[in-house]
Amino acid sequence: MADREERRFAEVSRESVRLMAEGAGVELGDDVAALLAEDVCYRLREATQSSSQFMRHAKRRKLTVEDFNRALRWSNVEAICGYGAQDALPFRSVKEGELFFVEDRDVNLVELALATNIPKGCAETMVRVNVSYLDGKGNLEPQGTVPTAVQSLSDDLLKYYQQITRAILGEDPHLMKVALLDLQSNSKIAALLPYFVYVISGVKSVSHDLEQLNRLMHMVKSLVQNPYLYLGSYVRSLVSSVMYCILEPLAASINPLNDHWTLRDYAALLLSHIFWTHGDLVSGLYHQILLSLQKVLSDPVRPLCSHYGAVVGLHALGWKAVERVLFPHLPAYWANLQAVLDDYSVSNAQVKADGHKVYGAILVAVERLLKMKALSLSQSAEGQSGAHPGSVVGAVSYRVNSPGLSPPPEPLSEAALGIASHLQVGGAGCHWEEWTPVPLPAMYCELYSFFGDSLAVRFSTGTGFGTHSPCTPSQLGDSRKEPPGPASNLDTTRKMPQLTANLNISPRQDGSPRTDPPPPSLSGPGSLPRASSMQRSRSSSSCSRQRSAGLSREVFPKARFTSPQTTPPAFSFLIGGRQMGQRCQGRRPFQTMFATTPPVSAIPPRTYAHKLPVIGRVGKPVRRWTCSHYSLHLPL
Amino acid sequence: MIALTGKNQSYVLVLYGLCFPLIHVAHAQFILKMAAVQGGMGDADIKTDIKTEPSADGFGNNNANDGRVLSASPGSSSSTGSNKQTAAVTPEDQQTLLAVLQFLKKNKLSESVEILRREAGLPENSLDPKANESAGAGSGGAAGIVDLEGGDASSLLSRVTGSSSAGAQAPTKGTVQSGCCPAVAEDQPDVSVVLSAYSQQGDPTLYKVYYRDLKKFIETVLDCHRAELSQVFYPLFVHMYLELVYNNHESEAKAFFEKFSGDQECYYEEDLRILSGLTKKEHMRGNETLLDFRTSKFVLRISRDSYQLLKRHLQERQNNQIWNIIQEHLYIDIFDGMPRSKSQIDAMSGSLAGEAKREANKTKVYYGLLKEPEIELPLDDEDEEAENEEGKPKKKKPKKDSVGSKSKKQDPNAPSQNRIPLPELKDSDKLDKIMYMKEATKRIRLGPDNLPSVCFYTFLNAYQGLTAVDLTDDSSLIAGGFADSTVRVWSVTPKKLRKVKSAADLNLIDKESDDVLERIMDEKTASESKIMYGHSGPVYGISFSPDRNYLLSSSEDGTVRLWSLLTFTCLVAYKGHNYPVWDTQFSPYGYYFVSGGHDRVARLWATDHYQPLRIFSGHLADITCTRFHPNSNYVATGSSDRTIRLWDVLSGNCVRIFTGHKGPIHSLAFSPNGKFLASGATDGRVLLWDIGHGLMVGELKGHTDTIYSLRFSRDGEILASGSMDNTVRLWDAMKAFDDLETDDFTAATGHIHLQDNSQELLLGTYTTKSTPVIHLHFTRRNLLLAAGAFNP
Repeated sequence: MADREERRFAEVSRESVRLMAEGAGVELGDDVAALLAEDVCYRLREATQSSSQFMRHAKRRKLTVEDFNRALRWSNVEAICGYGAQDALPFRSVKEGELFFVEDRDVNLVELALATNIPKGCAETMVRVNVSYLDGKGNLEPQGTVPTAVQSLSDDLLKYYQQITRAILGEDPHLMKVALLDLQSNSKIAALLPYFVYVISGVKSVSHDLEQLNRLMHMVKSLVQNPYLYLGSYVRSLVSSVMYCILEPLAASINPLNDHWTLRDYAALLLSHIFWTHGDLVSGLYHQILLSLQKVLSDPVRPLCSHYGAVVGLHALGWKAVERVLFPHLPAYWANLQAVLDDYSVSNAQVKADGHKVYGAILVAVERLLKMKALSLSQSAEGQSGAHPGSVVGAVSYRVNSPGLSPPPEPLSEAALGIASHLQVGGAGCHWEEWTPVPLPAMYCELYSFFGDSLAVRFSTGTGFGTHSPCTPSQLGDSRKEPPGPASNLDTTRKMPQLTANLNISPRQDGSPRTDPPPPSLSGPGSLPRASSMQRSRSSSSCSRQRSAGLSREVFPKARFTSPQTTPPAFSFLIGGRQMGQRCQGRRPFQTMFATTPPVSAIPPRTYAHKLPVIGRVGKPVRRWTCSHYSLHLPL
Repeated sequence: MIALTGKNQSYVLVLYGLCFPLIHVAHAQFILKMAAVQGGMGDADIKTDIKTEPSADGFGNNNANDGRVLSASPGSSSSTGSNKQTAAVTPEDQQTLLAVLQFLKKNKLSESVEILRREAGLPENSLDPKANESAGAGSGGAAGIVDLEGGDASSLLSRVTGSSSAGAQAPTKGTVQSGCCPAVAEDQPDVSVVLSAYSQQGDPTLYKVYYRDLKKFIETVLDCHRAELSQVFYPLFVHMYLELVYNNHESEAKAFFEKFSGDQECYYEEDLRILSGLTKKEHMRGNETLLDFRTSKFVLRISRDSYQLLKRHLQERQNNQIWNIIQEHLYIDIFDGMPRSKSQIDAMSGSLAGEAKREANKTKVYYGLLKEPEIELPLDDEDEEAENEEGKPKKKKPKKDSVGSKSKKQDPNAPSQNRIPLPELKDSDKLDKIMYMKEATKRIRLGPDNLPSVCFYTFLNAYQGLTAVDLTDDSSLIAGGFADSTVRVWSVTPKKLRKVKSAADLNLIDKESDDVLERIMDEKTASESKIMYGHSGPVYGISFSPDRNYLLSSSEDGTVRLWSLLTFTCLVAYKGHNYPVWDTQFSPYGYYFVSGGHDRVARLWATDHYQPLRIFSGHLADITCTRFHPNSNYVATGSSDRTIRLWDVLSGNCVRIFTGHKGPIHSLAFSPNGKFLASGATDGRVLLWDIGHGLMVGELKGHTDTIYSLRFSRDGEILASGSMDNTVRLWDAMKAFDDLETDDFTAATGHIHLQDNSQELLLGTYTTKSTPVIHLHFTRRNLLLAAGAFNP
């Protein structure tokens, strides 16, 4: 105990005492020094003891120099001056002399006196009140509203706020940049956060002005990136503003010349950024976002730009979100989209361009989904056993084949960031609770049925074949077909042509779509163009393919052939509708329980390990076959 | 009190309580001062309770040493019936007496000399030769005081004349509580005399053996006795260690400490740390903690069986060393009945001087509330008030009665209305009462299912350090005391703070006008906050007067200041404490206030007196917090000695001592009905006390740091506690108190079983981001307000 005790206290060594005495011009004997040293130690402890009382009564945890000086003063010892600084004093040592000292820099008084940057006095002490807990429940912080404060802001802060908002929303891009940068790094604006959040929540009022919306989104980004800000539940408010930009049919998007797509893309990126960095601040945020995205996606009345937003939003939230929300909705949605895309009327041109946008977005999202899923599966498979050479091969080939699209570590980081946990957290009763993952092959089959060779992901070695070869004609076709299409769309439209190219090649139904479009658009029940053109053989074929997706590939041609054969224009609409219904019925069991529908259940019984190589091996010829077949028979 | 030198050993023989009957008070004080009194020493083996009221005979108490009776005084045997040795006066005792006589004579107190001599039955002529003899033997004979060991004589004198905090209190106590009881007067003897009690010594190397022996014995004793007897360890350990240190056996002391300090209860760690730093006799002088150990007897409650066991063992072993310490420094409060369990003991122990003696909590306390004098008033005012509220004041009355049992004279527990004089109600007070009633009708009934909303007042930019906060009862003003010596007041309503106009301007006002009160205010000075300068040290305590016209602040500079909230200037500086004043509070009826501080005394003041009306002395360490009972007849003080004391304002007596906290107490709160007291300490626990029965009735565990604020909701259903750990916690007070009514409360022993039901009672925990909660307040409608400074 004694040893422990000794170490617990500060000790002043005999030598120190003697040194001090020498400094004062006194020679000390050894025993005297020892006695003095011991006494000094004791007095130190005593003073520390009594100084802690001052600390306790000042309701602090940190013992200050002032506390110590008070204790000294009350025991009639002179206070020690010169240690009042708030900052820690560096304690330095000189090696040679074994000397330790507190660094004491000279202060240049002249410089200080003539200094131009006079430090401002600290802000005024004030009292601020907020309702912390209402009825003892929950944290009640006003969302997006300015909290009432007794004395809310100091003049300086107010000025800062005005300058910043003026700069960001003003005309000068340079000024805006500066303001955004400051917003991103300023450590003292915590008090202004509610106000900025309030400003940002004004997106609704400027939905006609893309420029302003963009600036507001940039503001969000700056706030989110500011490391000194604790967003707390303001995250919710920010997210809702961002979601507005992603999802809403903005006033600005009426004019096709307005590039609201970029805004949506940017906002989606921002959403994912907020989510990954601040998602933990608000519980259930992920679910709420997913729900609202899903709602938009499943609402056919919404304009395509909203759907586009939902898709990019899901894409930004990660492949799991895509898998959970977009993928199950795809069949239902596909029909609508198809209708739009296949409507060649001039009046539909604009809508169709939008449709292509959505198509492109879906394609990108879905490709990533496939990649990630394959990767995660292969990883888990690797972890499980080495008995799945095929799957590993598949994954590896995929990696080799699409190096630039997504770096391999990404899925890992996603998993680590806890998407899964967020999904689990999700409120009970959410409809995707009963969601079960679709095995990759089935998913691939299904997706392939939609996109055909447009899918850049292949579970084989020769990916480039399917995607790139039709690329050039498609682009040509696209540019030919959609001259008014905005230039900025290039990126997404690039994928579109694959579809059109495929359409071009197909000889079988060459005539029907061309002739068809006008009547269906008129006869559409919802008077919506995309719903009206449902009779399309392509859609029907895809439907049938879908139903039979689980079966062997040989079924495709039959299914495809049967449906076009039964498509006189007027009649086909009915079929389309019926098929829709059928498909939906068929799909659900397909998704949730495999046992119910025998044709579908044909897949799962075989293990993945078994199945994947089959795809890999068999897929190649099959795909080629389907590919050629496809190209032969798809309608133009 | 006299010290005589024996051959090699010095004895300090202490007479206590001899003075009052013998000599008149002034002299008594003088003697008290000159010769510090070590009191209560003869009681060690007394099994029956000793009445602490002043006994008629000055020698009613035994000498400390060896339990010998000091003299053949007739009274001694009456009060100490079971003394073993009622032998004749020993030579040492005689010498003591003679020395006293000589001292008295020297100071020309011939009358006292006569009385004393008569009492002691000494021959007149015996004085001189013996006195000479003893004076010759001693070295400090010049002063007439025969003292021990050279240097101590002068130090004693200097101590006496000096104004150490302990010394200064003796006279004040005398004035306030004169004739109260010797037991109180014995509390603060002088330092070196106290220390000299250690001068007797055995073989230092045997201490370890003694202690180990006892330890072995207690460890082998029956389970039911072991817990009780284990209580002895700590005080024995401390005293044996100090004895070793005092007699300059430094290495033995260290070895002793090293060997046995690990055995002590963990809640004594703080004290042990202080002890461990103390290894030299020189250091003992002036060490406050040490003083505390010495100046009071460590009180233990032990059942008779256990005690007999211990006694027999010590006698068999001839273990005089330990027996001496037990008799000298310990007070063993023996009770008949079942030995207590370990948990029961742990619940009550932890204070600096052991538990409270049982009789200390026997006095009747009038904890009931005073009758509200103007309950009728709302009826008159009703007409002018809003029409639709006519019924409400009437409804209010029965409710009030049920809540506070304020009905006229029917509450047997309420003090009489004029037990202490209270200020007359002014018209403005009556208006305020009416406001209060109206608000009370809108009060939310709280409960476990209906928790209050919490509003937080955050002090921003309080870089100078916020040290105290108070809110007015109507929650219209908030005041902060700061470490930079300022007091700041904010208005938390839209109504701004205004000063009264200057005298010249006031002359111009039409004094007859109805709105004269409005006219006297200077609109130019309106602002949301006012700063008041005056203190020269951190402001540790702050309190609004009930009428919101005054503000009190107590500071490190040793003063309590009264500020006017009309002029925002200082009106009075109450000086008296001379040391930091940790806390102050206004009486709920105004006019009186209480303050307590580093000098270990609490003082009761009236605003119009510059000197205190009462001085409450008895705590062994700093008084850290002070609270008025709702009926204003009592004052509770919490202290660093880990006890809470309740003082009667009327008599100045200590009527309750509550022990059980394991750390300095920093917050107190009375329940609105006056029956219960809640206390919070640095150990993060809240303890609940029944005032009437003087018992601990609950323990609330949950906080992880010092509890700086406690408050009951207006109806007493909820207890809110705010702490350094950045949380506010709400506790189900109703349940905590209800549960105990079902217990067999009248159990005379007062040993209650505390169930560990903190988690059931905890209704909610509310956290702040980084703001320690240092004040809590329930508005009249039961909205909870919390306050603290943001701690970036």
